[in-house]
Amino acid sequence: MNQQQQALLSPETVLEAFNKNGVTHVVSLPDSETNWLYQLMKADPTLTIIPVSREGQAVSTAAGLAVGGKKPVVLIQNTGMMEAGDSIRGWGLGLKTPVVLMIGYRGWTRHGVNSASDVANFTEPFLNALGIHYYLVETNDDASRISVAFEEAERTRRPVAVLVGDEYHGFNR
Amino acid sequence: MFNAADMFRVFQKHRGNAVVIPGRGARHWNSISTNPKRDIPLGDPAMGGHASFAFGLAEAQPNERVVLFDSEGDLLMNLGALATIAEIKPRNFYHFLMDNDCYATTGGQPVPNSRNISYSGIAREAGYPSTYFFDDLEELANKIEMILDQPGPVFVHMKIVPEIENEPIGSRRRWQTRTLDEVLRDIKETLGVAAQ
Repeated sequence: MNQQQQALLSPETVLEAFNKNGVTHVVSLPDSETNWLYQLMKADPTLTIIPVSREGQAVSTAAGLAVGGKKPVVLIQNTGMMEAGDSIRGWGLGLKTPVVLMIGYRGWTRHGVNSASDVANFTEPFLNALGIHYYLVETNDDASRISVAFEEAERTRRPVAVLVGDEYHGFNR
Repeated sequence: MFNAADMFRVFQKHRGNAVVIPGRGARHWNSISTNPKRDIPLGDPAMGGHASFAFGLAEAQPNERVVLFDSEGDLLMNLGALATIAEIKPRNFYHFLMDNDCYATTGGQPVPNSRNISYSGIAREAGYPSTYFFDDLEELANKIEMILDQPGPVFVHMKIVPEIENEPIGSRRRWQTRTLDEVLRDIKETLGVAAQ
């Protein structure tokens, strides 16, 4: 691992945050950038991965797990977050589901220069429209915000989002 | 086809201690169930999510038998849930589907390809190990004990007589006897899940 990679958000850091916060299930629709995190999660005997095929399905699954006493986290991308809007509203906010939504911030550039239709333009306005509080995590130095999000979700009984602003390379080695 | 209320009366005799998510059948089930603290009538949080919610609950509570009464319009919005359920194969999950060919609560408009589609066929090909189809209540009554005695996931496709509603939503009779908060509080207390 070179110096540049060390400064990024490592999959071990994300997994450590899951374990620290008692996550039992990762409800996930993976993408190519999270494959290394996926391998780590699969190897962790304390985690069960629930594969879904659409992001709205992830939120209602997490709601059922939470009502049953488990601690799910939803791992999706911002494109799918928008597809999941009604599910976040109904199964997340409606059932007061205390769940962290880990969302790959596809298109995040820090300087805001994107094409008009880039999903990054709509990610934060979308969360604001639903009243979902969110935290941006780009490097290992930001990782403590993941635990803040878990604590906030439990305290407020609402979904809380973590935007992973390192999506293009953070989970790869 | 058979009536939803008649079907629920048959199911009630075999319900045992199961946790029941009655879906859009809740307005009938509420007056038939003898164990409401183990019922989870959610109304309609967001269409397309009942199967995933019930699956999540079954996964979280493997020692509880979880019975879902889904509807075809809801399932069609998220057919991928069948693949997830078939992969995880929760042995305590019983997935009943009430298929009335239409969107009854919005006036009875037909569901896409409603007369020809086979939901039990879709579930079987998705990987459910046991699937059934019933359009005769007596046949269901004869097999329901066997169905509930076998390990899940089980999928039961039932043809149900539509009860089409044309009243404006604000004028419809309220069937709920508990708020959503009360429903969730009751089931968590019953299952021994710490209040959140």
